[in-house]
Amino acid sequence: MDSHTAEILILVLSCAVATYAWRGLGVLLSGRIRTDSELFNWVACVAFAMVAGLIMRIVVMPTGMLAMSVLADRLLACVLALLAFYVSRKNLFVGVITGVIVVIAAGYVRGIYS
Amino acid sequence: MSQAHSTDGAACLAGVRDAAGVPAAVLAAGMIGFGAFALEYGFNVWLALLCTAGVWALPGQIVLLEMYSNGAPGYLTVIAVMLTGARFLPMTLSLMPVIRHPRHSRLAVYLTAHLIAMTGWAWAMQRCPGMPQERRLPYFMGFAVACWAVSIAATAVGYFLAGWFPAPLRLGFVFLTPVYFIVILVGDVRSALAAWALACGAVAGPLFHLLSPQWSVLLAGLAGGTLAYYIQRLHGQSHR
Repeated sequence: MDSHTAEILILVLSCAVATYAWRGLGVLLSGRIRTDSELFNWVACVAFAMVAGLIMRIVVMPTGMLAMSVLADRLLACVLALLAFYVSRKNLFVGVITGVIVVIAAGYVRGIYS
Repeated sequence: MSQAHSTDGAACLAGVRDAAGVPAAVLAAGMIGFGAFALEYGFNVWLALLCTAGVWALPGQIVLLEMYSNGAPGYLTVIAVMLTGARFLPMTLSLMPVIRHPRHSRLAVYLTAHLIAMTGWAWAMQRCPGMPQERRLPYFMGFAVACWAVSIAATAVGYFLAGWFPAPLRLGFVFLTPVYFIVILVGDVRSALAAWALACGAVAGPLFHLLSPQWSVLLAGLAGGTLAYYIQRLHGQSHR
């Protein structure tokens, strides 16, 4: 293994340890929070809000490939995906596939692939 | 449901079965994208696989690749990746009481913690409360190991198939992840508290991103989550 590869290897391993640190700390602290406590409710709120915020940011202000599509199309695709999910009696596959097809088709209509 | 969770083995298998469908397909799509990315940035395939297996968080993996290719100093890269992973603290804090049982060994719990990522977390937070407490950890382990293994394989697939997909298909692949989370989180929300948290977070996320992209995920979670918590408390009290 050359020194360049060794350098990236150390970088990747360090990033893995740094990421695990949060998970390990979460386990360590979790024994001290009761599920029915107010603190637990608050922590669960923060976790849900964080994930929702990240996903919404990707939909509203995407980078890379997704930035080629139009915001209105992405929002429409999300709404139709949810509708399809409910109409199909909560079939995850139907919901997700509907969203993906809508965004690809909208791309053809707008001519973003040419 | 009760029969699928009669033993640890059965619960674990039920987890694998639930993962082997839309969750695995969505993860695979994201990781195919990551594998293609890694090839573009000059990683060898083993390093790309180690990224997926070791970091096991797509946002962190992408930050790692991006900063490495920009020639950022190693310590800054590690700090940035660590920041993107900060969400795992509240996620683990909220998931552990749900899936943990005194019967499980400490080693099993700490190993399982490594497998916590957005897909498995969102799934387990919605589904596990309906299961017997002592079967939840084996169920989650089955689910998460299946997701993890599929993702590692998909990273290799993406690495070797990069550039082969036409543009519309690539767009579909990158849209899969956000639409999956929207359907599973919004479509299957179980409590008023979670609904408020999702709504406040969805508004706070883009707003905080405008202020500070690096801190946005964490700050939006804290602000949106705290707001949701107080809205729900006021709401709950007015009904008492």
